[in-house]
Amino acid sequence: MEQKNKVAETSKDEKNLVAKEDKRPLFFGLGFGILFGFLLHKGGVTNYNVIVGQLLLNDFTVLKIMLSAVVTGMIGIYFMKSLGWIELSLKSGSFGMNVIGGLIFGVGFAVLGYCPGTIAGAIGNGYLDAVTGGLAGILLGTWIFAIMYPGLKDGILKKGDLGSITIPRLLKVNDWGVIIPVAGLIILLLFWIERAGF
Amino acid sequence: METIASVLTSTNWSPYAAGIGIGVLSWFSFLISGKPIATSTSFAQTSGMIESMISGEKAKQRPYYKKIKLRINWQWMLVVGVVAGSFLSAIISGDFQVGVWVPSLWASAFGEGALLRVLVALAGGIILGFGARFADGCTSGHGISGTMQLAVSSWISAIFFFIGGILTAHIIYYFIA
Repeated sequence: MEQKNKVAETSKDEKNLVAKEDKRPLFFGLGFGILFGFLLHKGGVTNYNVIVGQLLLNDFTVLKIMLSAVVTGMIGIYFMKSLGWIELSLKSGSFGMNVIGGLIFGVGFAVLGYCPGTIAGAIGNGYLDAVTGGLAGILLGTWIFAIMYPGLKDGILKKGDLGSITIPRLLKVNDWGVIIPVAGLIILLLFWIERAGF
Repeated sequence: METIASVLTSTNWSPYAAGIGIGVLSWFSFLISGKPIATSTSFAQTSGMIESMISGEKAKQRPYYKKIKLRINWQWMLVVGVVAGSFLSAIISGDFQVGVWVPSLWASAFGEGALLRVLVALAGGIILGFGARFADGCTSGHGISGTMQLAVSSWISAIFFFIGGILTAHIIYYFIA
């Protein structure tokens, strides 16, 4: 009897815990997503033609958006990091994961014509190939990965481990010793793309 | 004269305006939520939630779903927000597409058939979803958020996304078509 009461009590506590769980992150996530989706549409990358146009090297919109986001983000994030306001959130990786996974992703990127972020945008934009085949395919693909994961995780995914490291740490230099040249090179590349008429 | 309203209702912004906007957005995402903008894990969580609705516990026991945790979280809501934000922008700029099954670039090479396009999108989606989880990130998580943090894994991933994508797109449009 006593035991039973105890169990009842703990389950009640758990319920309270769930009820008290902070819901604010969900609203912030939604808000950041709305702004991100708005910008993706305004930039034109919720459109198959623009994405595949980039992969065919006819239209450089995707690269322009990505590279200008990277330069802007990089400077701000490392500035805030140097003030101790934020911490980086790095993905660990390996050559097996990032080279092979990257190539597989690239094939899917070209066949589908959207990526996971832009397909969410394409769905909002009303493109029906994205709503049907594209979305169903991505869900199926992630499910197949989940099924195969036990066989992959200690094999190919571990080949050539990189850890979670940044380029400045790898080169053992000051952060800004990488940020400034990378930003400079990206800006030069963007100028060159514009001058070439893309 | 350009007003704020006309900026919001214009169909296309300069890609640099959109890109700088995304860069600034990621400052606030780090500052407020302590997280980078990323999307592809949410699709894997969704597939796991669907499997667990159909077959229950078996899905929750899969090591991968245990690792990523099958629950609606910050990033899952972010993806919902992307659909909503793009919808909002499309509606106010008069660019919402009704009844478009086949993108015009695809139609120019492979015709107007909706079934073919949907089947190819399905196949492409499977490869993309699998690859995104294999590489542990996509064009947002690795390509934008990871590269801006100068993560080695993300720069390698982003470069190979484009190598794979550029080669495949050329094969599709210049050899198969």
